[in-house]
Amino acid sequence: MRPSADPDSGAGSRSDRRVLPIRGAGLAIRRAGRVLLDNIDIEIVPGPLVVIMGPNGAGKSLLLRVLATLVPPDAGTVTWAGTPPGRERAPRLGFVFQKPVMLRRSVIDNVRYVLKVAGVPRAERNRRAEDALADGGLSRLAGSPARVLSGGEQQRLAIVRALATRPEVLLLDEPTANLDPSATLAIETQVRDAHRGGTSVVFVTHDLGQARRLADDVAFVHHGRIAERGPADRFFNAPSSEAARAFIEGRLLP
Amino acid sequence: MRRLGLMLLAAATLLGPLTGAEAADRFITVQSTTSTQNSGLFETILPKFTAKAGIEVRVVAVGTGQAMKNAVNGDGDVLFVHAKSAEQKFVAEGGGVERFDVMYNDFVIVGPKADPAKVAGGKDAVAAIRAIATAGAAFASRGDDSGTDKKEKSLWKSAGIDQAKASGGWYRETGSGMGATLNTAVGMDAYALTDRATWIAFKNRGDHAIVVEGDPTLFNQYGVILVSPTRHPHVKAADGQAFVDWLLSAEGQAAIDGYQIDGQQMFYANAGK
Amino acid sequence: MQDFSAAFGEAFRLVASLDPDLVEIVGLSLRVSLSAVLAAALIGLPLGAALAVARFPGRGIALVAVNSLMGLPPVVVGLLIYLALSRAGPFGPLGLLYTPSAMIIAQMVLVIPIIAAVTRQTVEDMKDEYDEQLRVLGVGTAGMVATLLWDARFSLLTALLAGFGRAIAEVGAVIIVGGNIDHVTRVMTTAIALETSKGDLALALGLGLILLALAIGVNAAVMGLRRTAGHAAFG
Repeated sequence: MRPSADPDSGAGSRSDRRVLPIRGAGLAIRRAGRVLLDNIDIEIVPGPLVVIMGPNGAGKSLLLRVLATLVPPDAGTVTWAGTPPGRERAPRLGFVFQKPVMLRRSVIDNVRYVLKVAGVPRAERNRRAEDALADGGLSRLAGSPARVLSGGEQQRLAIVRALATRPEVLLLDEPTANLDPSATLAIETQVRDAHRGGTSVVFVTHDLGQARRLADDVAFVHHGRIAERGPADRFFNAPSSEAARAFIEGRLLP
Repeated sequence: MRRLGLMLLAAATLLGPLTGAEAADRFITVQSTTSTQNSGLFETILPKFTAKAGIEVRVVAVGTGQAMKNAVNGDGDVLFVHAKSAEQKFVAEGGGVERFDVMYNDFVIVGPKADPAKVAGGKDAVAAIRAIATAGAAFASRGDDSGTDKKEKSLWKSAGIDQAKASGGWYRETGSGMGATLNTAVGMDAYALTDRATWIAFKNRGDHAIVVEGDPTLFNQYGVILVSPTRHPHVKAADGQAFVDWLLSAEGQAAIDGYQIDGQQMFYANAGK
Repeated sequence: MQDFSAAFGEAFRLVASLDPDLVEIVGLSLRVSLSAVLAAALIGLPLGAALAVARFPGRGIALVAVNSLMGLPPVVVGLLIYLALSRAGPFGPLGLLYTPSAMIIAQMVLVIPIIAAVTRQTVEDMKDEYDEQLRVLGVGTAGMVATLLWDARFSLLTALLAGFGRAIAEVGAVIIVGGNIDHVTRVMTTAIALETSKGDLALALGLGLILLALAIGVNAAVMGLRRTAGHAAFG
């Protein structure tokens, strides 16, 4: 898997615009006396498609948000390419939420919007928005109001939109949790294609089958800790932690 | 960029009026009273002046006290009220150039048909006032320091009655203009002192009628004063003086005398008399 | 009771004959209040959105202040603007007193808190939905204000209508700063006040009915616009 080296991604690929590797060190969050993240260390490097998985309430989504700096940790630090994260590098990181949030405007205007925020000049914006929609197979919907699309179509658009700025890494928080099987398949295909095209991927899911289909690497989260981390083969065939074993076998976890 | 242009366009549209487009007309501002305006006098005589002099007259009709304060502040070119001693003080303190008598009308006392104080048909205002107080009959006062109000208070004084003690009882101070006070008087079956012109023009009389009139003490003198251009340089002295001169001229005086409602003369011109 | 039926008669007579004084007064009322709402929107919309988005020390006090100012008595605003514009006041030399411009300024001051307060509520509700998505895209405070305002544009029409309702209905401010001068600063509400003080209650009520019809008309037009443009285009 090649790391992203696209010569005209964003406004230039100088090393100070990199976000990978993303490192979280000693990340901790408590709310109302409960420990949600328990002193987590994690590193996302260019290359493998990483799946963060675990049961509901394990802290997977929260961890992803902390790495994207949407949620500040109570303790610990997050760095992007070795430096503290900053708003100006946001275009290098794509994020897809479980429930897509579309602006109240047309499909293509949603894509143009993120390009505008990333500082792409107008003429290039239009061209790249059209290209992005074409890549995602959504060109015929370009002029439709984004909010009238079906759930599956909106999520595909969300991914197209996140990829429009040609980010180094795409983070997805349970993107298919609300979708039917055929829409889920479409999303997974879209994500795999992006990964093949050079974008690193971090995919959060609680769905075992989905994890098997997508993962190169697995990070298994349980009770706010990374219980196990390693290549997918080894994880699914020979998990080392009891929690992982129980989860894979479909048993209830301690 | 486009948004900025739209904002500038909107601002220009709104600022249009602020650039004083209205100032293109030649006009003066006259501070006068609500009772004078409510009588309808201005609607009749002012067009005559404008036709002759080409100057529009904008009347701000407020309570006498407010009109005088406005003139003191310089928010008008001419002052036209009916409160002689206050007007003289205004000139003495340098706020105005000179005071001239213009016209007079009279005050009347109006009251409900039931006439609890039995004053109807009287010709003695002070006696009637005393009767009303003795009977404890409801009386609506303007209570706003206007010319009418000052006249009313002088009647109480002449009658030797301290009506302020009864305020809130049979003596009701509305703190309002003449029209509003008459509405209140009719609504609560109270007596009231009003200038004749306002009463004749008033349309909500209920069963009220004039109960006392013709007493010389009910005489109501109007005066006109040019606001001092030395104190307030922006005052339109020439145009303002033209209006004052016209009011005092034969033509203006005739216009005043000529104003009638239902065949009755409302004001009696008495400049220079 | 006869005043009510007479009022309908007066209203009908004035409208049917397109009474020139009526037309003039209605025209001025609309011009003053619409201008005031527009000017107030230019200030109130970004102000309300900024209050919804930004977090700063004293924000709670600012919110209480804006909400409280919605209840500003018109006559108090009129008095304050009057003192400012009077010849004896700081802005006297501008000569704005007793002109429609003064009325627009007074109504603008009255309407800004309403637009700001309603905008703040609308945008804050929308912000909850958009917040994480916009932040992860790297949108800053100013960008968030602009984006939320634009996306909320049809809901914000309600804020503008609320402001317009306040402006077209008030008399306390415009009568003090405008002076109710015939053909210059006389609007619907001041005309109603005048006719009432002259005891012509039927005419006053008739004018009131026309004013009501005007307000209903404006509201209906805006809601119609919102329905066709809004839903047809953007769900």
